[in-house]
Amino acid sequence: MATKDITPHNPMIDPETGEQRVIAPGYTFRSVTEKLTRIVLTPHTPLGWFFGFALAGSIAMMLLVAVTWLFLKGTGIWGITMPVAWGFAIINFVWWIGIGHAGTLISAILLLFKQKWRNSINRFAEAMTLFAVVCAAMFPVIHTGRPWLAIYWLFPYPNTMNYWPQFRSPLMWDVFAVSTYATISVVFWYIGMIPDLGTMRDRAKSKFGRFIYGQMALGWRGSSRHWMRYETASLLLAGLATPLVLSVHTVISFDFAVAIMPGWHTTIFPPYFVAGAIYSGFAMVLTLAIPIRKFYHLEDLITIRHLDNCGKVMLATGFIVAYGYMTDIAYAWYSADKWEFFMAWNRIFGPMGWSYWILIFSNIAFPLTTLWSRRLRQNVAYLFIVSIIVNTGMWFERFVIVVTSLTRDYLPSSWGTYRATRWDYMTFVGTLGLFTTLFFLFIRLLPMIPMSELRQILPGAKINQAELQHKGGD
Amino acid sequence: MPVREGIYGLLAEFDTPTELVVAAKASYNAGYRRMDCYTPYPVEEAAEAIGFDEPKEKGVSRVCLLGGILGGLAMFTLESWISIWAYPLDIAGRGKFSWVAFIIPAYEWTILWAGLCAGFGMLALNRLPSPYHPLFNAPNFRNGATSDKFFLCLEADDPRFSLTDTRSLLESLRPVSVVEVEH
Repeated sequence: MATKDITPHNPMIDPETGEQRVIAPGYTFRSVTEKLTRIVLTPHTPLGWFFGFALAGSIAMMLLVAVTWLFLKGTGIWGITMPVAWGFAIINFVWWIGIGHAGTLISAILLLFKQKWRNSINRFAEAMTLFAVVCAAMFPVIHTGRPWLAIYWLFPYPNTMNYWPQFRSPLMWDVFAVSTYATISVVFWYIGMIPDLGTMRDRAKSKFGRFIYGQMALGWRGSSRHWMRYETASLLLAGLATPLVLSVHTVISFDFAVAIMPGWHTTIFPPYFVAGAIYSGFAMVLTLAIPIRKFYHLEDLITIRHLDNCGKVMLATGFIVAYGYMTDIAYAWYSADKWEFFMAWNRIFGPMGWSYWILIFSNIAFPLTTLWSRRLRQNVAYLFIVSIIVNTGMWFERFVIVVTSLTRDYLPSSWGTYRATRWDYMTFVGTLGLFTTLFFLFIRLLPMIPMSELRQILPGAKINQAELQHKGGD
Repeated sequence: MPVREGIYGLLAEFDTPTELVVAAKASYNAGYRRMDCYTPYPVEEAAEAIGFDEPKEKGVSRVCLLGGILGGLAMFTLESWISIWAYPLDIAGRGKFSWVAFIIPAYEWTILWAGLCAGFGMLALNRLPSPYHPLFNAPNFRNGATSDKFFLCLEADDPRFSLTDTRSLLESLRPVSVVEVEH
């Protein structure tokens, strides 16, 4: 144990274990409730919120412009062409969906593993999932060019053309994987929020607030019978979301792996995509958590312990990703297939090799060498920087997979290059704006930290067994 | 729903979960059955004390299982029907019933319907949404039940319920307060 570097009077260190605390000492049920409801129910919205919301909203407007122009002109305004028919849209789709995965990991997998520390970052990680899925799902839809005409070959419904979709295509699998993921994430998020909405209803001062939160809380009153069924439902949803989240990025990797394109047709893709998803997702959790805890003074509830743990998860998944990169190259060598071999060489040393080196630096060289250090993992500024770097790196990973494989395939006469247009950039940056706008609305209108789950980890929450035996022993 | 009048029950308020569980046990041992505890977070011991055994009830799990099975079967059947009869595609003479490819959407729908059934099934079993409930009439309920207080309600339709005896029982358990709740 690193007991040396503990300052004796640091209240955030648990003296029994020498670990950082999950929640600062001195909180009671009421003070937690007050602190978290006040953020939402205050009549004085902080000025910084308005500023951030306006900024994010105007960036989201850019998305509106880009998409409107796209619908008017068609996908020709993007940089996609032959041979690179999949450009930014697919890169962004995979990137965004990957970011969403950390939210489900925190809310579902860590719940099943009884990792109580997750409780305070659970809700906003789930919200991050939802908003990331919103941004992700938009890309394949707008990539069809005329989404209103795409419905009949994406969804199996009886139509006048007597046409039905082709279920052997990975793109159809995507439709079901992503739509299920979005639906289950909404249900899980909302069910998880019902008790807190009850709290909001009861603490709201204004009639309007009481009405809105009251409707949303569905009449929750905390009955023990309700709680027990609720707990079962939460566990079941977590148990279902776990295989779901693993399947979603697996299915997305099938979009590539099922194709016979060199560099795509490998069996490492599903696990490597899932690990990459969680890697970038945790990076995004940090990117969001660090400014939010600072702005709303939530350092007591989202502690160094949480940030440290996110760093550890990133370290572990980062190594799986690194293993994936190595396997990719080993596969090219072992296949003894000259196209595969050329693809690996082209990826690293070809005209777009710079993108490969960016990804190596930002996903492996920088984070995986520094995240080992406990001192650095507990340094907020470092974590924020590393989270941005990893997010960039993961975006470039998808760029490398999508673009460099396509630019040079089997036939040298059909080789080409790819250059994104301003509409590509506007759409991508626009989704960042949309994501942030939705997040701003979320932290303003809903409790971003689950109060009912936080109460469970407070010292007063445990039943005193000795007292129970003594008094209820009759 | 007919308008009901009269007393819904007696509501005792406690400061700590332990006091609540002690009181719930004592009331259960005194023979009360129509009762419920209200807590700001799940307290398993409170549910045990009032004799509610969720694992035994299995309601949510059953609904979830049923939803999962039906969802998976529905999608698999739909895919097979489409690919074999409704819109068969002959691609280089490959088989029409390519069930391996159908597993993935069927798997997703298993999870989708199991999840929806678990979530909405839980709400339905809990008789939610119910925006009105007599307990919300109690003056102290809304201030505490969803933040930091623990409540035990002995309901008036329990055969043992009597305003005087039940109140004295509850008061012997040292609550913060005991109030009558009207319908």
